[in-house]
Amino acid sequence: MEPSILSLVIEALLKVAFVIGLVMGGVTYMTWVERRVAGIIQDRLGPNRVGFAGLLQPIADGLKFLFKEDIIPPHVYKPFYILAPTLIFVPSLLGSTVIPFGDSIHLFGRDIQLQVANLNVGILFIFAMSAMGVYGIALAGWSSNNKFSLMGGLRSSAQLISYELAMGLSVVGVLMVTGSLRLNEVVESQSGFHWNAFTQPIGLLCFVVAAFAETNRAPFDLPECESELVAGYHTEYSSMKFAMFMMAEYANMITAAALMVTLYFGGWQVPGLSKAALSPLAVSLIQVGAFLFKTAFFLFLFVWVRWTLPRFRFDQLMDLGWKALFPLALLQIFITAFCILRGWL
Amino acid sequence: MLVINLIAFVAIFSALMVVFHRSPMVSVVFLIVNLVCIALFFLFLHAQFLFAIQIIVYAGAIMVLFVFVVMLLNLRKEEELLPGWRVQRALAYLGGPLLVGALWTALWRRGRSSEAFPGSFGSGFGTAEDIGQLLFNDYLFQFEAASVLLVVAMIGAVVLARRKES
Repeated sequence: MEPSILSLVIEALLKVAFVIGLVMGGVTYMTWVERRVAGIIQDRLGPNRVGFAGLLQPIADGLKFLFKEDIIPPHVYKPFYILAPTLIFVPSLLGSTVIPFGDSIHLFGRDIQLQVANLNVGILFIFAMSAMGVYGIALAGWSSNNKFSLMGGLRSSAQLISYELAMGLSVVGVLMVTGSLRLNEVVESQSGFHWNAFTQPIGLLCFVVAAFAETNRAPFDLPECESELVAGYHTEYSSMKFAMFMMAEYANMITAAALMVTLYFGGWQVPGLSKAALSPLAVSLIQVGAFLFKTAFFLFLFVWVRWTLPRFRFDQLMDLGWKALFPLALLQIFITAFCILRGWL
Repeated sequence: MLVINLIAFVAIFSALMVVFHRSPMVSVVFLIVNLVCIALFFLFLHAQFLFAIQIIVYAGAIMVLFVFVVMLLNLRKEEELLPGWRVQRALAYLGGPLLVGALWTALWRRGRSSEAFPGSFGSGFGTAEDIGQLLFNDYLFQFEAASVLLVVAMIGAVVLARRKES
């Protein structure tokens, strides 16, 4: 039966709602996880008063942001100052749309792909969105008309150009093995325990490091570096505009974590699940659960690293990007190409 | 169709703003908008690969460099117009109409002939597979020659920019 347009629209809307809900929910609760884990790592408690174990803290924070006075300093360039939070937030949400969070699921008499958009350039789309995200930071830094903000904006543009290269190159190995830019084909090629993490450890290392730099997370959070730049590019922002920068950072983190899982850790694949005699629906749900679990682990890794490693100096950051990650990523490409030629992969 | 017209309008508007706005930063941002519009045209032509590459390379990497330079110079006072060279002005008056004329002729010709593109694009035009075939099979030599040229230019830039070790 050919599905009607109405049902397709409803399906698409449901998927969009699900993914945005998931990302936004993740963003909300990552702030809580971050503060709690930071507390545990630093041998203190973290927010634990609002609701059970502090679980309502993000809601309280959100309300506080909404009701705070929105101050626009008189010396800013208004059009860009107002535009910048949107420019950084929208691409961070869009990036998550091409990530497959499960195999196709059979519901109401038809197969539903658990992915908002199955683009044939999926991975490139994510890179494009992360490239667009830079402008939010750069414009926020420039339009604030403040030395600290400007330095933050400059640092972020330099950092993002440098690490985009390493990130793009480290993924090439995976794409060579898969032979496709579609992310669900990347996942399908990693059935069982054929995870790319085992065959391409150098690429994985480069990708993870570059992802930390691309999301502006410690130890690479030079653009906002509070010990040198007050708060970097968002020094002049207050209330919900400031919150949008934070939300974009966490949304980017979620996309990056999901991408690590998709490219290197088998996405929604659960080894040995096909042998267990389960109904198709149960299998699908377990796969979605496995994807979310793996992503949650990498999100935890982001937090863990932030509260463990000290920040780099800016020249060290550039050295690492250009002199270590870039050649290593190239090396991974050569190794992968050699293995493919010899028929080992 | 409506969407395409809208994008075309935005593209032309942003291109004009690049030229006419006085603040260099605003010009750069409108140039980004313009390049994104062109990427969207690629998307509507089903050339998804070109769309992604256009955004990553032009609207992303190259324009970040522009933004970077404008921010570094931070020319607020540049808003007062610099008087250009006389030669520059003369060339502008000459070159502008010539370019418009050339484009107009090209569009005119294209409008009249029904077969606008003799080597018509296949259905896979602009996908990663098709461009890979073109670059690495059909035009391998030209592609490699261009990349060697770029590498040479890059090495030259590095040599020029390197500080003298004293």
